[in-house]
Formats: sequence, structure tokens, C-alpha cells
Amino acid sequence: MASMTKAQPRPPASRAGRIVAALQRGPLHLIIIAIALIWMLPTVGLLVSSFRPPHLVSTTGWWTAFKLPFTFTLENYYRVLTTNNMGTSFVNSLFVSIPATVIPIMIAAFAAYAFAWMPFKGRDVLFLVVVGLQVVPLQMTLIPILRLFTDLKLTGTFRAIWLAHSGYGLPLAIYLLRNFFGSLPREMLEASYIDGASPVTTFFRLVLPTSVPALASLAIFQFLWVWNDLLIALIYLGGQRSVAPMTVTVANLVNSYGQDWQLLTAAAFISMLLPMVVFFSLQQYFVRGILAGSVKG
Amino acid sequence: MQRLLLAIVVLVGVPAVLGGYIVLTERLLGLASDKARDRIRPWLWLGPAAALLVVFLVYPALRTMVLSLFDATSTTFVGLGNYVYIFTDKIMLMALRNNVIWLVFFTPVTVGLGLLIAVLADRVRYEAAFKALIFLPMAISAVAAGVIWRFMYAYRPPGTAQTGTLNALFTAIIPGFQPQTWLTNPPLNNLAIIVIAVWIWTGFNMVLLSAGLKGIPKDLLEAARVDGANEWQVFRHITLPMLSSTIGVVTTSMLIFALKSFDLVYLVTNGNFDTEIIANRMYKEMFNFHSYGRASAIAVVLLVAIVPIMVLNIRRFRQQEEMR
Repeated sequence: MASMTKAQPRPPASRAGRIVAALQRGPLHLIIIAIALIWMLPTVGLLVSSFRPPHLVSTTGWWTAFKLPFTFTLENYYRVLTTNNMGTSFVNSLFVSIPATVIPIMIAAFAAYAFAWMPFKGRDVLFLVVVGLQVVPLQMTLIPILRLFTDLKLTGTFRAIWLAHSGYGLPLAIYLLRNFFGSLPREMLEASYIDGASPVTTFFRLVLPTSVPALASLAIFQFLWVWNDLLIALIYLGGQRSVAPMTVTVANLVNSYGQDWQLLTAAAFISMLLPMVVFFSLQQYFVRGILAGSVKG
Repeated sequence: MQRLLLAIVVLVGVPAVLGGYIVLTERLLGLASDKARDRIRPWLWLGPAAALLVVFLVYPALRTMVLSLFDATSTTFVGLGNYVYIFTDKIMLMALRNNVIWLVFFTPVTVGLGLLIAVLADRVRYEAAFKALIFLPMAISAVAAGVIWRFMYAYRPPGTAQTGTLNALFTAIIPGFQPQTWLTNPPLNNLAIIVIAVWIWTGFNMVLLSAGLKGIPKDLLEAARVDGANEWQVFRHITLPMLSSTIGVVTTSMLIFALKSFDLVYLVTNGNFDTEIIANRMYKEMFNFHSYGRASAIAVVLLVAIVPIMVLNIRRFRQQEEMR
């Protein structure tokens, strides 16, 4: 993105001219910096607070932390990790998110390949139906599926939430992958068939490896979606602490420790850690996923 | 330990089973004639996806429509009783009103800010860093965002040191400003929650609008400038019209988000102090009151509200795809 050419006036030749041009652009930079500061302020406040001792967090603002003497501590992190189930929740979030990312993408890839490269009767209509399913708000599905899970004794298990997220993630995943598979050059696939490769070999040896960027975008999107989800975890995992992912645990902390702020700060930050790492290291894939999937309901 | 085992079994086992399924069915297809093979194969590849979609989306959606016509325990048919409740009950009406407030305030503000930021960022060299900063809240959960903003909105009685960023800031710079209880004071608190949503979603709009902006031919803008158009005129008569389909997509996305929004209200006020919205109400009807008929009816109302917007969204998105 940064390499794009900017719609800027051409730099004037003389030094004086350049200085004038820079000054004229001063307000622009000021506005941008102001917006950036406003956007950062809430997160920075939380980060600073999470390293402050409890008695200071509840009596003074976080900005006073920068006055001497500095009193920073890791106590909040220590306490929230050891006594408030956050360690377990972190592991639970991983347990929920990784299979709930891998399973739907694999299943979607099979379906998307069939939609893109296997002619069959009613293909276009069926694809439209799948895309159209994105209209259904998740709320429409909660009660019947909760009953189904209760009958199958699946509520409160990871299996329930893996299955649910797999189902919910499919329409978008199929839509994105079909579009990507469909844009692969026909000659490439035909050459593979002429060489005697079966659709299975072509799919695993040729189509999947060439689609790694698309798969990565989709995987990051789905992973963060599941990791950050509260509603589905609340409903299908019930209130059990032992299986609660981080969103549920932090939400419970908000309810029970509403005033015990310093713990909340550390808890929230731990829950943000992985998404932020993913975001900063794989930003371009994430952005691409958003661009491609902006019709997701 | 047992869990770790389960996780490994799932991570290795499920892909193996799925891959095995495809390989095995291909073997079996080897027994069929060429023609039959090509006719059967697509359905085998679609099978797992179709099964999941039917079980987790199609069947439950239809079932919910039926349940919405029954009472709390789904045993007695009540006709449209639950819908009458939705449009007459005091709290439900307030929830509907609040969703309208969300639609009216949240949508234009996020889209407008997203557009402003995209246009500004386009003009500076540190564009990428600036955009990453605005976009970051998209990566974190609404739960974390809720916690972050409870700190912004924190309240201490006047006279004591304010720990909340906003109250401290305003009491410091505005003479005579009284600390506000932002989150418990209706109708202001609805807007306070909407601000959090704006903070999260502006980055999403910015990314899409920024991509749209890059798609406008630079020659066109240059030509207008050479012809003497000022920056505002260029924006108003060239940039804006050329971005209209992207603006359409982000606007409809925001409308849908505003209708379905759940996490923030659940976390920040749980619908107390007149901030109830329909998605949170549905959760309460379902879990706190075990009133499945009403909860289902609320879900159906949500669907009915979303369908026209989503149809518009998909249609616009397609137009945009064709233009690329």
C-alpha cells in the first residue's frame, strides 16, 4: 500500500519553495497526528494501567504514572494468570480457535473446488444459495442448535463449538475460495488432467499450493473471528469455567470484579495479545481478507 | 492432558479423515463409468459442506421461524402473540428504539470518519503506519474494547481525582465541567456505547474506502486540477462519485452490524440504564427468562430487517467486482 503514488503536488525546485509547501501541509499533518493520538489513547491508557499497582489504579489516573517516582509492577498479570483462570482460558481459546479455523476451511475448499471446476446441474443456483446464507443472522440458529447439542449431550464441550463455528464460517469461506479457485488459469488445470492426474491429485498438488495466499487470508480472518467471539461461546459452552475461552472469562470478570479494575486491565491485555501479534505480523493478509469478504453478515 | 490429546486427535485426525474421504470416494468412483463418475463426483466434494450448512444454518433458521409462533416452552401454538409482544412491550420498544439510534448515529459517523481518514492518509508518506493504528481495534475483541472504554468513561464524584480519561480531560480543560456518569445516564449512554463501536469499526470502512481510493485513476484527478479545480471540487465531483459503490458496501455493512450488535452492550451495561438493544434482549429472553418463543420471534424480526440490506449489499458488491 505504501508503494502507491501519492496525489501530492510536485515538490518545488527551490529550498524556499519546499519549506513553504511543507508549511502549507502543516495542518494536514496536525489533523492526522491528532486523529492518531485520539485512536491510540484508549489502548495506551489500558496498557499503562495494567502495569500499575492496584491502590494507584483506583485512586489516580493512568497518566500520573509518568510522574516520578515510577511505580510499575507485574502484580496484576501475576494475579490474573494464577487466580482468575486466565491461563486456562488462554489455552481454551487456542483449543477453540485452531480447529474451528482448520475444519471449515478444509471443507469449504472441497466445496469451492467443486463449484469452480466441476460442471454439474444446478451449480450456479446452489452457489447463490450458499452465498445467500450469509444473510441469516446467527441469532436465528441459536435455539434449535442449542437444543440439538443438549440432546446429543454436546453443550459445554469443545466439539460443539468447533462444529458450530465450522457451519457458520462456511458460506463466506466457500464464497471467497470459489472466487479464488475460479480465477486460476484453465490451462494449468487442463495440463494437469492431460498428464493423467485425477481431480484429487490436481486439487492437493496444484490447486491448494497455488492458493496459499487466499487460504492464509481466510484463515486469519476466521481465526480472529473465532478468537474474539463472545456470543457463540457463551451459548454453546455454557457458563463452565473449565472450558471458557478468554472472551467469556474477561466478560465474567467485568461482571464480578466491576470495581477491581487493575485485574481487568491485565486480563483484557492478555486477551488482546495474540490478535495483536497476528495483526502486526500478518497485516497484509488480514486486510486482503477484509477486502474480499466485506459482504459477510 | 486429556484435552491436549483431544486437540491433537482433532488437528491431525479431522484433516486426515476429510482428505481420506475424498481419496477413498475417488477410488470408489474408479469402479463407475466415466460419465457416471463426472456426474457423482461434485456431490461427493460438496457433501461435507452441504451437511454442515443444512444442520447449522438452513434447518435452525427454518425451525426458529416455527418456534416463534409457539409459547415459551415451544408446546402451545400462540400465533403471532410473540410478535405482538415485541411491538407492544415497553422494554422491547425501547430496544427497537435504541437500535434505531444505533443505525442513525453509528452508520454515518463510522462511514464518514472512515472516508475522512482514508482521504487524509492518502496524502502523506506515513500512510501505512497511520492506517495500521486506526485499523488495530478491528483485530481485538469487542470484550477487550469494552474493558478499554470502561476506563475512558470511569467516573469519580466531583472533588476527588478523576481516574477516567474523559472526565479528567474535560474537567481539566473546560472550566466548571462536572464529571459525567457516561454509561448510566440516558440517553447519553447510548451514544457513549456507540462511540466504542465507532472506534472499532472506522478502521474497517477506512480499509475498504482506501482501496477504492487507490482505484481512481490519478490522471483523472490531475486533469481536474490542471483545469483549475480546487481540492474540495476534485473530491466532491470526482472522488466521491467514483467511490459511491464502495461507500454503498461499507454503509450496508455498518447497518447490518448496528442491527446485530450484541457484545458491546452485553459487556458494558448489559442493557441496563435504557441501553437495551434487540440482540441482547434476545439473549436475555433465551437464557435468563427461558422464553424461547419470544427469543425466536426477535431473531426473525432481526432477519426480516437484515434481508433487504444484505440483498442490496451483495448486489452492490457484485457491481463493484465487475468494475474492477
